[in-house]
Amino acid sequence: MARLIRTEKEVEGRFEEVWLVVEEDALDQWPVGPLTTVGRDAERKDAPERVRGEVRYTADITLPGMLHGAILRSPHAHARVAKIDLSRALSAPGVHAAIGPGDAHGLEEEAGWLGAPVAAVAADTAAQARAALELVDVEWEELEIVLDPEAAVERELFTAEPTRYERGDFDRALAEADVVVEGTYRTSVVLHNSMETHQSVCEWVGDTLNVYISTQYVWGVRDEIATELGIPRDKVRVVCEYMGGGFGSKNDAGEYTFAGAELAKRTGRPVKCALTRREENTAAGNRNATIQKLKVGARGDGTIVALGGEFVNAVGWTGWSAMTEGPMQMLYACENVRTVRYGAQINTPPMKAFRAPGFVEGTFGLECLIDELAAKLDVDPLELRRKNYADSNDGKPFSSKNLMECYALAQAQWDRRHDVRARSTDTWKHGVGMASQIWFGGGGPPSYAWIRVGSDGRAQVVTAMQDIGTGSRTAMAQIAAEELGFPLDRVEVSLGDTSRGPFASISAGSSTIPSMGPAVRAAAADAKRQLIEIAAQRYHLEERVLDIVDGNVVSADGNLSTPVEKLVEVLEDAQILGKGARGPNPTGMSVLTFGIHVVEVAVDIETGEIVVDRVYAAHDVGRIVNTLGARSQVEGGIIQGIGHTLSEVRLHDPASGRILTTTLDAYRMPTIADVPEIVCEFVDQPDEHLTNLGSKGLGEPPIVPIAAAIANAIRDATGADVHELPISREEMLRALEAAKKKEKRGAPAAV
Amino acid sequence: MASELIVNGHTYEVRAPVGASLAHVLREELGLTGTKIACNEGHCGACTVQIDGVPALSCITLAHAVRGEVTTIEGLRDHPLVDAFVKADAVQCGFCTPGQVVSAAALVAANPEPTSEEIRHHMAGNICRCGTYPRIEEAILHWRG
Ligand code: FES
Ligand code: FES
Repeated sequence: MARLIRTEKEVEGRFEEVWLVVEEDALDQWPVGPLTTVGRDAERKDAPERVRGEVRYTADITLPGMLHGAILRSPHAHARVAKIDLSRALSAPGVHAAIGPGDAHGLEEEAGWLGAPVAAVAADTAAQARAALELVDVEWEELEIVLDPEAAVERELFTAEPTRYERGDFDRALAEADVVVEGTYRTSVVLHNSMETHQSVCEWVGDTLNVYISTQYVWGVRDEIATELGIPRDKVRVVCEYMGGGFGSKNDAGEYTFAGAELAKRTGRPVKCALTRREENTAAGNRNATIQKLKVGARGDGTIVALGGEFVNAVGWTGWSAMTEGPMQMLYACENVRTVRYGAQINTPPMKAFRAPGFVEGTFGLECLIDELAAKLDVDPLELRRKNYADSNDGKPFSSKNLMECYALAQAQWDRRHDVRARSTDTWKHGVGMASQIWFGGGGPPSYAWIRVGSDGRAQVVTAMQDIGTGSRTAMAQIAAEELGFPLDRVEVSLGDTSRGPFASISAGSSTIPSMGPAVRAAAADAKRQLIEIAAQRYHLEERVLDIVDGNVVSADGNLSTPVEKLVEVLEDAQILGKGARGPNPTGMSVLTFGIHVVEVAVDIETGEIVVDRVYAAHDVGRIVNTLGARSQVEGGIIQGIGHTLSEVRLHDPASGRILTTTLDAYRMPTIADVPEIVCEFVDQPDEHLTNLGSKGLGEPPIVPIAAAIANAIRDATGADVHELPISREEMLRALEAAKKKEKRGAPAAV
Repeated sequence: MASELIVNGHTYEVRAPVGASLAHVLREELGLTGTKIACNEGHCGACTVQIDGVPALSCITLAHAVRGEVTTIEGLRDHPLVDAFVKADAVQCGFCTPGQVVSAAALVAANPEPTSEEIRHHMAGNICRCGTYPRIEEAILHWRG
């Protein structure tokens, strides 16, 4: 039965009170452990065609008569268009249309950052469109720029009201603590740099707008476009069958799509608008920089009694302020916690969600602080974490939490530290560090799926979700196959088109498996029920003695075993349709993911060079659907995190706000040569309170603890406290220098 | 300007403006979209093709300057590396992957049993933002199945 409920919805750590229509989740969870298809290695269903370059990304779409759009961007970090003249651009070779501020959503007169979209041109070729941009005459009125986030906070230039939180009495607890450690931690701006840049193709057919777009949320894009254009939602069709990465940056339509839609309307032709790589490095979103002033107070026995933090998110001109204080509030059982978070509005490009926004940054600060506390108390960092284990989230029970099991799995890795340290030489110091992970990833309703079973005994999952490259097709096929009792190669998945299939979840916030998986399983159960009903009638048996195993309808006594296609041959061209919905999340419970990383590093104390030798990861994300794909997710998250930690930084000119790192040789992402040995394990334990599947998401957790684990390994190796990401050689040498001074004053070295 | 281009064993008459990149011609003129463009300035390897068996970045190669025979991912679809990539799960979003396979194919042609170190050296110009590197290494180590 459908129920209307008022509930809290979480995406990427942002909570909203919403009305939701949900359906009951009537299925019992499967037994613990690997099943026939679920919980085992599965090759990606679409891997061969992806590897062979056969699948069509938005970048590969060319429609008949298609024009190419290009965006004119502000050359100033803060300025207003006093006058704009498009006429020279309009008469340039190949140009068909040009639009300016106000002509399309996102093209604005006031530019709050260098690169803000102002105007757009459509031409026969992309080169012509870009050439025409040079001919747009703009008179700019320059405005004051603020680039320093701390100055913005001082002047109360915020993107939203400061967010304050307190439990217990932080001041008193801190004053009474035996030991207090404080530190300021800084993280830099890093970029998603998906290999496929942000782009779309817009095409009007009658009064319907077809949008082919590289996006993490076809429904969100549809809604946004319909709202901005003032047209009915079913007059917008959004398609994304394959996309070249997103990492959080592709959750919305983007100015390039609104400009494309308008240019397509004016020209009567399809318009592709693709960001160049340099635009991608400027205008496609980022993980914003943070400044974190943190304090921890503890008793001599290691009990943490006070945690406090002042967090500044350098949001940019627009965007939202992620929950950087989240880990501090949630990871440890501490009665007295006070946090305040400021979202500084500065004249830099807007942030966008980036793989566990806020928690990646906040975990770096917190987990370094906790290790510094361990050093000061002279206790084992892993023991300190065990001692302060949280059994509830601020009084709210966890739907499941197996972090202690992660710690147990990691113990053997942690014990390697004595041997690893012993490898140190005069210049190369070796050490081991660890950090815990906490993040959301429980997904939620609504999400729907259909399943069609044809007379050939094959099933097709139909749902308008998207696969951002995480292997969604495969996981959904595994879940359907498991429930139906079909072999995996008899299940296909159709997704990525709002006109084909029911509403489905955003692919962000590690929500794909926990949101979509249960809906797909429910649809499969519905289809299977119908197959069994038909079998009962056809073979004159009771439904309760019938089952489907490996594509055969079987009876409990073993007398009947016949292929499903034999059973359903009577359907001819017709199909059986199963429908499924994602049920509600458990009420009054915190649904979170957990994990731990243990990292081994080597540091050259003369040059500051850092080498990550080995990363061990243990994660608790409920039931694992595809063990092979899950390992790939963990590796990918760790590698991206190593980039954030050691080499990636988006720099801007502190005077003009111009982005200085706009190419992939300036913005340094990890290559295959930078990858350490990676070992990963899972606590493959279904969350008994969460849906018929018991699975949480894994897209984000692996990137959360890696920076702190590396920093803590560096401390273990050298005694130096690094406080800034990325840990450049300069930061490393600074920290080594500071450690030397500290040692002279007689502070204890690392445990 | 018209010129001849040999791609995957076929000879094409190409009409593209002087200055057009090989990547552009392959994708836009010949419809061979397996070759991806991710940076268009020689920094990522997504557009890797082979010219006479040697890996080349097609986005910074002028189409009219190509003298040798071009091999793209479309010409390598039956290469055992494809299967090796699938088995090793060396593909996530897949946007970098055709370029990875083309690079890897050149490596194993010249050196059928590359060590991990040789793989890391040879493949360092092919960026994968999804981080499939450990899987790529595994796929190339076991490319013959
Ligand atoms: S697209 Fe050619 S190197 Fe990046
Ligand atoms: S698989 Fe996504 S960039 Fe390599």
